[in-house]
Amino acid sequence: MTTVRSTETTPVVPIPSGPARILTAAGATGTAASAFLAWTWTSGFPGDLTVYGYPGGLQWLTLAGALITLLLTLASYHLPGLRWTSPSGGNNGILYAALGAAATTWFTLIAISAELGGLANLEPGGWAAGATSLITLLGALGLPLDRHPRGAGQGITRYLGLRLAKVERPLPPVRELPSPIEVLLIVVAFATGLYAITFGLDTDYGELFTAYLLLAGFTVAALTKSGLVTRLRALAVKHRTVTTGAAFAAAAAFPFTQSSDQYTSVATNILIFATVALGLNIVVGLAGLLDLGYVAFLGVGAYAAALVSGSPASPIHVHFPFWAAMLTGAAVSIVFGVLIGAPTLRLRGDYLAIVTLGFGEIFRITMNNLNGTTGPKVTNGANGIPRIPDLVSPGFTIRGLHIPAFDFGRKHSIGGLELGRFSNYYLLMLLVTAFVVLVFARVGNSRIGRAWIAIREDETAAEAMGINGFRLKLLAFALGACMAGLAGTVQAHVSYTVTPDQYTFAEALPPNSAFLLAAVILGGMGTISGPLVGATLLFLIPKKLEFLSDYQLLAFGLALIVLMRVRPEGLIPNRRRQLEFHEADIPDQAASPETALTKAGA
Amino acid sequence: MTTTTLLDVRGVTMRFGGLTAVNQVDLTVGQGEIIGLIGPNGAGKTTFFNCLTGLYVPTEGTVSYRGTILPPKPHLVTRAGIARTFQNIRLFANMTVLENVLVGRHTRTREGLLSAVLRGPGYRRAEAESREKAMELLEFTGLAAKADHLSRNLPYGEQRKLEIARALASDPGLLLLDEPTAGMNPQETRAAEELVFAIRDRGISVLVIEHDMRFIFNLCDRTAVLVQGQKIVEGDRETVQSDERVITAYLGAPFDGTGSTASEAEK
Repeated sequence: MTTVRSTETTPVVPIPSGPARILTAAGATGTAASAFLAWTWTSGFPGDLTVYGYPGGLQWLTLAGALITLLLTLASYHLPGLRWTSPSGGNNGILYAALGAAATTWFTLIAISAELGGLANLEPGGWAAGATSLITLLGALGLPLDRHPRGAGQGITRYLGLRLAKVERPLPPVRELPSPIEVLLIVVAFATGLYAITFGLDTDYGELFTAYLLLAGFTVAALTKSGLVTRLRALAVKHRTVTTGAAFAAAAAFPFTQSSDQYTSVATNILIFATVALGLNIVVGLAGLLDLGYVAFLGVGAYAAALVSGSPASPIHVHFPFWAAMLTGAAVSIVFGVLIGAPTLRLRGDYLAIVTLGFGEIFRITMNNLNGTTGPKVTNGANGIPRIPDLVSPGFTIRGLHIPAFDFGRKHSIGGLELGRFSNYYLLMLLVTAFVVLVFARVGNSRIGRAWIAIREDETAAEAMGINGFRLKLLAFALGACMAGLAGTVQAHVSYTVTPDQYTFAEALPPNSAFLLAAVILGGMGTISGPLVGATLLFLIPKKLEFLSDYQLLAFGLALIVLMRVRPEGLIPNRRRQLEFHEADIPDQAASPETALTKAGA
Repeated sequence: MTTTTLLDVRGVTMRFGGLTAVNQVDLTVGQGEIIGLIGPNGAGKTTFFNCLTGLYVPTEGTVSYRGTILPPKPHLVTRAGIARTFQNIRLFANMTVLENVLVGRHTRTREGLLSAVLRGPGYRRAEAESREKAMELLEFTGLAAKADHLSRNLPYGEQRKLEIARALASDPGLLLLDEPTAGMNPQETRAAEELVFAIRDRGISVLVIEHDMRFIFNLCDRTAVLVQGQKIVEGDRETVQSDERVITAYLGAPFDGTGSTASEAEK
């Protein structure tokens, strides 16, 4: 066995590795089987866990966790056909998977006991699941794991005495696959991803969502340790266009998996939130300007669109077609971005943050006061602009081909599948998101993007290299504002009403400036997928934690602290950021090819 | 000497409140010259550099380059053709070596936001040219093999070289080097000398601040000495080395036996 620098490969619990592996496999099989038993006697606990022979609700998650553990364990026996799940050949992945299954199972058992009032509510099936998941965990702890030598522990596992190493093992060389098969693998990966995300969105009670998050977190960690994620990422880099296409196809397929508008409305709001977060990432992640009043630009876009929407409450009695309304929102946002940016961007760092915070509040208070009594009558003050009509794309004819008008408020049937109002807006918003992603990707990797990063790294040096700092910062501000404004125009129509209170600095629910910033930092600054993932989680967690009522914000805060403790560089780190935060964990560049060689030779 | 004057500094004064850091300094740099600027610590050399490059707005005096007076804005100075390095290395630490040099190309390229989004043929041509030029400069400074490394991970000497490559990327006519050999060992200093000569051979004039006298006198056509903000002497090696004021500034005045300091101390 080769060891990566400054790690050792030893078990946590001293059991010979052979029996430990058997124990893990047997435990995982047992856990999977126990998901088919009744865990409680009453259907009073959501999801109906009382049926023998068929898993329900939370039991599905236990089953999935156990099967993933079993799969990785069997792969460690070098069974033909399973090797792909665990290219790194390490056992840490198995441990994470076992932790995931155990966490999900025990969360369920505790939730049952807590909600129904006592351990007496557990049926033998529940006890079996709890015991087998612990046996799996015990077995996994007995496997030879990649760990830090005593005294050199890193990260959160240090506190548990596990001393697990974060270093990724060098992977054996890839077997060349024909191109179509690689593309197929990407498609399969995205289809799986779509299924997993849809499952998370569709969870209709908080317990299921919490357990889902636990399982998802541990599974992602397990697959990262097993090397599968690295392999998939390599494929994605190789077939960039296919990957981007598959990602958007998967996202566009989402409304077709839904039978009602209940979750497409959530998904639409997530997309709006995520798009604004991505816009903020231009300002914060690329140019390094801390903007605490960014939600104001979403508001500017939304108000601009509302004013020209033909709403009876708007003092301007015009009704722009949808494309013109969107352009208006974006244009007005750019103007406000420049107006606010020009005086504030002469400041740096903390001072800029404070001033932007002030401007964000000025926007909200101004909107509150343009009500006809304390100011000119434009926005109806706190009542906002209600009854915004749905967007209608006008019909037109190109070369004899007639494109009918499209009313976003109506149901449409495509290929026998009903698409409701929110599905329409979801698809429109997806186009906006795609546009913002395109702009971010292309500008980020260009002369302008490099200048932004240079300003972020060292503004004085950047200016000495010929970069007009003020102008480029203003450009970042304006572009970010434009992206938020574009999302705002859709938001105004989706939610029918715009009120000033939707655009505050901090509140329990997104979008607001604090949440936007959190989404960017949590997801990963300077990346595209980071803010998208961060925004999705930050939108879903508070929404799905409503069952905790009074403790909702407490739990949310704890979740944030744990996330930032585990991954300070964000969920999807920028390559650079990762180097910054985990320099000690990454083996010397000179050392890695050598270890890779020995690994390949072994 | 009848070379054309590139940089013409007249009466530059920089005051910070009551402190005069640079006082009425005149300096000219001709085409293809290497000029040294020496002086004890705190003499105002770096402040003088900052006045030249627009980081500070001089209280009095003018800086002109190729006959036009430079506005005190760093990016306009760079665009006009004066590039600089910093005494304490200021690379873009989390960008790759190549990206650092590409940032230096900023003033010589025009591609804006729209062309970056559209990625037309013009954009791609300009981007390819920038990359080619940047790689050429990395070859020149011997960093081509490390183009994809993060600049923060380069060893110290190579970071200095990268700063020079980044400055050269803006196609300057005059390069200002602020202590390019600080912290280097003798071999590295020798290599740095070679590099400065090679830069001059590309037709670029050099104005260099340095404490290493051997380095300065090997390289420079002329050397100016700055003491307490004032230029006390300027000339070739012999002139500077034989000037008593320079010796006094570096080594202190000779002890005359009746100095007041001794009696002051007794009190």
